[in-house]
Amino acid sequence: MVIKEQISLKNITDNTTVRLLKIDAGAALKSRLSAMGLLPGTQFKVINNGHPGPFVISLKGSRIMLGRGMAAKIFVRPI
Amino acid sequence: MANETKKITVALTGNPNSGKTTIFNSLTGMSRHVANWPGVTVEKIQGRCNYKNYQMDIVDLPGTYSLTAYSDEELIARNFILTEKPDVVVDIIDSANVERNLYLAVQLMELNVPLVFAFNMSDEAARKGLIFDIETFSTLLGVKIVQTIGNKRKGLDSLLDEIIAVSQDKQQDYAARVKYGSEIEDELEKLRAVLAVQPQAIAADKSRWLAVKLLEQDGDILNQFSSPELNDTLQASIKHLRGIFGEEPETIIADRRYGFISGACQETIKNTVEIRHNRSDMIDAVLTHRMFGLPIFIAMMYIVFDLTFRIGKYPMAGLEYFFGILGRFIGGFWPHGQESLFKSLILDGIIGGVGGVMIFLPNILLLFMAIAILDGTGYMARAAFVTDRIMHKIGLHGKSFIPMLIGFGCTVPAIMACRILENRRNRITTILVLPLFSCGARMTIYALFIPAFFPLQWRGAMMLAIYFIGIIIAVIAAKILRITVLKGEATPFVMELPPYRMPTFKAIVIHMWERGWMYLKKAGTVILVISVILWFAGNFPRPDVNASNLADSVAARQHILEYSITGRLGKVLEPAFRPLGFDSRVITAMIGALAAKEVFVAQMGITYAMSEHDDVSVLRSKLRQDYTPLQGFCIMLFCLISAPCVATIAATRTETGKWGWAIFQWVSLTTAAYVITLAVYQLGTLLSGAIN
Repeated sequence: MVIKEQISLKNITDNTTVRLLKIDAGAALKSRLSAMGLLPGTQFKVINNGHPGPFVISLKGSRIMLGRGMAAKIFVRPI
Repeated sequence: MANETKKITVALTGNPNSGKTTIFNSLTGMSRHVANWPGVTVEKIQGRCNYKNYQMDIVDLPGTYSLTAYSDEELIARNFILTEKPDVVVDIIDSANVERNLYLAVQLMELNVPLVFAFNMSDEAARKGLIFDIETFSTLLGVKIVQTIGNKRKGLDSLLDEIIAVSQDKQQDYAARVKYGSEIEDELEKLRAVLAVQPQAIAADKSRWLAVKLLEQDGDILNQFSSPELNDTLQASIKHLRGIFGEEPETIIADRRYGFISGACQETIKNTVEIRHNRSDMIDAVLTHRMFGLPIFIAMMYIVFDLTFRIGKYPMAGLEYFFGILGRFIGGFWPHGQESLFKSLILDGIIGGVGGVMIFLPNILLLFMAIAILDGTGYMARAAFVTDRIMHKIGLHGKSFIPMLIGFGCTVPAIMACRILENRRNRITTILVLPLFSCGARMTIYALFIPAFFPLQWRGAMMLAIYFIGIIIAVIAAKILRITVLKGEATPFVMELPPYRMPTFKAIVIHMWERGWMYLKKAGTVILVISVILWFAGNFPRPDVNASNLADSVAARQHILEYSITGRLGKVLEPAFRPLGFDSRVITAMIGALAAKEVFVAQMGITYAMSEHDDVSVLRSKLRQDYTPLQGFCIMLFCLISAPCVATIAATRTETGKWGWAIFQWVSLTTAAYVITLAVYQLGTLLSGAIN
């Protein structure tokens, strides 16, 4: 078994491409995120770790903004 | 028979920013009609399009990313499609973003409704280097696809032709095309078998969709079907799937949908150019910059604000002039010098009331023009990004900042601007605290009182203090509301940053027109009725003015007001407001100011028997004789916090959909005003006593 290195999205710096591992949140939020294309296995790029404001990621050609609270609940692995 | 018109209904769905509204506007022109969906403040927009022998009633469903039961918008879209059974559902898809947009499209296929897909903004996709094999795509999905460019009106005729074709041939099984893998398919079969023996009648073509929704644990569907047998089967299926995949079935189903989509996309979309830095990113580097983002936003808002009230001033003055002339013209029907009640009702009650409604219209139109431009270009999403870190602290969304700034001009358009907030709790919280942002009308009260009681060097600071007190109370109130009445998980902040675009002129005009009309129709009627009631209270019962031998009309006016319900109420309420430092004159003026805050100044003028020719400084010196600076400050404080004006009440009622919220707002603000002013006056009196 490969031990995956899980990092919270909020610790990822600008211009890093990552793969989503898991989302630690309730069903409503998970479903909202999947509808926007964010689900385990998805690759995306952090455009702006707008510390301390929201995050901007680039996903399947669109720009999506996430609150920092949410970024803390998303675990990824840089690739 | 060939010339007979056929009626069909068409529902438009699509993601936010897919250009759905532009297509809707192009198809329906000015025939649109806006209402709210029953029970919620989500707009229901309908229009009509005549094409060939067809009369199409088109419904613009709320823009959504999905069709779950988690948000009002998604439930509305889904329930409309299921219960109203439109003849055709058109899904507007952003061609530059096909994969994500198809997620909603696939769910529409699951619903097994007659479908047409419009691949919109195909010019933008072409610029991005995307080439589509529409024919193959259409065959893979089993749904007709039309390429459109909404803002250039391209492809709309082919879209309409396809709508007609699909409306005539509804025998399609789209749902079967989306496969979820054998493990999930097995469970779906089991659930469908149990669903088939449920007492509720289930259309054969919907049972697969229902089974999928059950596996996704959709709250709405679970409520509709809750037999023990179905529940057992469902729990077993969910447990089984969790065991295999180590994930919730919902996540796996979402994953399979994307799998289906990316399979279809791989074969049909070619990306010829790799664009690394597009224009939007470059603009964003400046507009959402860590340091400059907020100052740029504030500058933008200042421009909007300034434009609204500076340019709005001229049509407002024009309207005022017009109503003045109208009043004199109608007044001319009565012989000179003769006062009659009917004349006063027409002039002061009705023309005054209608004028009071109309006067806000230029501001509302200009403001919504500015909002339509900011929204249409895509800047609104950036504004939310920039202000989110501040607003998040008080439990509100970044976008709440915009109505709050507008509130400094006028609370009514500010409340209407809250429509940009999608989340209901956020919207209501923002609406409830908006009256605490000192509007232009309250400015007239400060302008009368501050120079009357404070030396020149303190006036600016005093003004700023009053504004800040309002803001601080608003922040505290919002925080309290978010942890009590409007408690709820802080809205997850996920938003798309759409690419910057040029808004179309038509969209801006339609937006302005709609808001203006909505204001006149809804808020207008309430304002008018209450203005007439307040006119009545200020004029009845009537003393016999002629008999009382009053020297001039100024004294007569003073006498009428004192004798009226308003004046008597002022006297009755005096003991209750004594501890706040108010006398009956102030209270009488405040009751009059329930109609509009600027009325306070006029009413104070009447109670002091000022004639129209007297300079405002005469009134100020009389105020200085009768009240201490502390009392002056308390009057301003009370006017700031208490009793939002009639127009605000009407706007709150309209925008929240309930009288309850409007009453709650009025009562709680007035109570807070009483408590705070009482504390300030009593403490102030104590302190000044101690100093002297």
